[in-house]
Amino acid sequence: MSLRPLTAPWFHAPAGFEKIWLGCAILWCFVMSLMMPYWHFRGKQNSTGEAYTVTPAAFMARVDKFVAANQVGTYKNPSSSNPLLQELPIVEPPAGGDAYLMGRMWMWYPALRLRLGETYRIHLSSVDLQHGFSLQPLNMNFHVLPGYDHVLTITPTSKGEFTIVCNEFCGLGHSNMSGKIFVE
Amino acid sequence: MSSSHNLSAPGTPGRVCGTTGLGVCLDAQRFIKLNAVVGIVFLLLGGIAALLLALTRWQTVHLLPADWFYRILTFHGINMLILWILFFEVAILYFACTTPLNARLYSRKVAWASFIMMLIGGVMVDYIILVGQADVMMTSYLPLLAHPLFYLGIILVAVGTLVGVFNFFATLYVAKRDGAYTGSMPIVTFGALAAAIIAVVTLLHGAVVMIPTFTYSMGWTAQPDPAWYRLIWWGLGHQSQQVNVCAMVAVWYLISHITVGAKPINEAVCRSAFVLYILFINLASAHHLLVDPGVGATWKIWNTSYAMYLAVLASMVHGFTVPAGIELAMREKGYNRGIFGWVSALPWKNPAFAATVLSVVIFGFLGGITGVTLGTQQINIIAHNTLRIPGHFHVTVVGGTTLAFMGLAYYVIPLIFQRDFIFRGVARLQPWLFGIGITLLAFGMSFAGSMGVSRRSWDIDAQGVYGPAAHLWLGVLGIGGILAFTGLLVFVLLCVGTLIFGKKIEGRAMADWGTPTALAGSTPGSLAHDHYAVKGTMVLTLVFLACFAVYYFANWKALADVWPVR
Repeated sequence: MSLRPLTAPWFHAPAGFEKIWLGCAILWCFVMSLMMPYWHFRGKQNSTGEAYTVTPAAFMARVDKFVAANQVGTYKNPSSSNPLLQELPIVEPPAGGDAYLMGRMWMWYPALRLRLGETYRIHLSSVDLQHGFSLQPLNMNFHVLPGYDHVLTITPTSKGEFTIVCNEFCGLGHSNMSGKIFVE
Repeated sequence: MSSSHNLSAPGTPGRVCGTTGLGVCLDAQRFIKLNAVVGIVFLLLGGIAALLLALTRWQTVHLLPADWFYRILTFHGINMLILWILFFEVAILYFACTTPLNARLYSRKVAWASFIMMLIGGVMVDYIILVGQADVMMTSYLPLLAHPLFYLGIILVAVGTLVGVFNFFATLYVAKRDGAYTGSMPIVTFGALAAAIIAVVTLLHGAVVMIPTFTYSMGWTAQPDPAWYRLIWWGLGHQSQQVNVCAMVAVWYLISHITVGAKPINEAVCRSAFVLYILFINLASAHHLLVDPGVGATWKIWNTSYAMYLAVLASMVHGFTVPAGIELAMREKGYNRGIFGWVSALPWKNPAFAATVLSVVIFGFLGGITGVTLGTQQINIIAHNTLRIPGHFHVTVVGGTTLAFMGLAYYVIPLIFQRDFIFRGVARLQPWLFGIGITLLAFGMSFAGSMGVSRRSWDIDAQGVYGPAAHLWLGVLGIGGILAFTGLLVFVLLCVGTLIFGKKIEGRAMADWGTPTALAGSTPGSLAHDHYAVKGTMVLTLVFLACFAVYYFANWKALADVWPVR
């Protein structure tokens, strides 16, 4: 009885269908537990959380240096409702090299141009609040924190224009915060 | 005070329930009433907020301006996930430690202290949000900063809850010491005990993270690290959901017992499952940080595999034993035809029973499967902070916990407030309306989220990346939100109306919502030793496992299609 104290001995080992179900459930938990280490070694999409501490000022200086050294053009979008996004430098990091992407209220700076099939180390950080790096329409999402340089080692495998949306709340302009990655 | 805490002791303020014949402690009854009523008021406030939010995310309607959207979103999260749930859970704790054990509540003063602290804290938080001083979302991730009263209010609610939990533990201790009952506590009390233990661990995390944030907001101390804040905050934020799960599962056992006479088919297994929740859910909170910087792959995988899946295992156990208990009870009543012959004889018109079945199905098939999949380390890359996340937790904490609690109210009000429900025909429909609404809402969220639409975003059109399909699913979200809100409003009106106009029950039994009668020739306990009697449940759980596996591997496939990253 579920509502009154139990007086008779109530310890029984599982039996019958209950035992079968317990076996199925435990087996399934094992499968799920093994999938993650398997994918870590054999799969291609992992979040290793590689990160280094960095002050916002130091990160901003690295971004400026990166832009000055590698800018290849300017992205113009005068019709954008977000004045910060009407003009962005387009920066192409060397293949296999480092790229810096800064999240701030309310833009991702700068725009990146990447080459299909090359691998880049993209350094993500914020100089104010927490932001969410959400690459659309691929739907790849990573968290970005101020004070942490979050490194994604990433290999674009499709061409085109991609939009970085912010998916962590960062104030009133949050839904207008975006950035660009072009893959050629 | 020896044996004064036994309800059968002379001079004890108690009454005998006219329906169940069980003793009811009048002190406990008063605080069950107070906490439940205040909880339902916060539910209504959070529900009004929910409607406004759904009508804003429905991009075609787009009701609220941006500042009010974020304000109301903060308000909705706090009222639903903290205030409604905690108040109602304290009511459940007070019930679970008194009536089933024939005990009286340890202390009226402690109960008052708990209630007043929680109420002041709740009003403080709601006030400071509505005047626009705390547009920080429920999570209040640093460096976002709210007015100090926001943190102080949450601390007060947490401490008040802890005081209430203390009253629960003290009641259990005294009842055991004074011999109010003999034997082992029943499963409902055991589940509530598990919830209370997790609540203590949870609220301690809350203190660790909220106190330094409060002192920072006052300008007394330096800003805590944002990554540290996230780690500890989720020790509060996720574990508190496991308090809900425990309380909900206890309610499943309670209602299935009251309505069809079900009992756990194996007490030892059910209790072990509750212990798994206590042991593992803390570590499993790591699944909120799966794409965070600074925490490594090993840490993420360890905490979300071994730790999380043992807690998942516990839910899969309850997902079997609850329907199995119902099936066995029905078969023993003589509804023994075929695999599913017992299903049509279930009391579907009993709103508490309907709410429980819907809660089990919505929580398991939708909430459980999505939650485990999204909490898989790598799969989180295609889900983090998208609408898939609220799509998941609206079918756990709303379609699961809230719906189960609503079902409980259909017995709490007649048995504790001693009034029969008004408009009983409407009450019979209410769980279906709410359940279908919340399911539609969650489908809308989940599919829009799969298309990359982010959560906590006022507008999706400025980005120019979301097509008509995403907009369509946001429309489904909106319609589901309207239906669920209607179900919620009907529930609140029925409860409040009953408290005012409901026919008084004094000494007599409550009006029966409908329970299956035993067929002629059936004998109670006839199948107690038939371990292969629950055929229907076995089939249902295997169907569940198949759905789980399909969804799980479909998500690995979707992950394999995005860019390589490490």
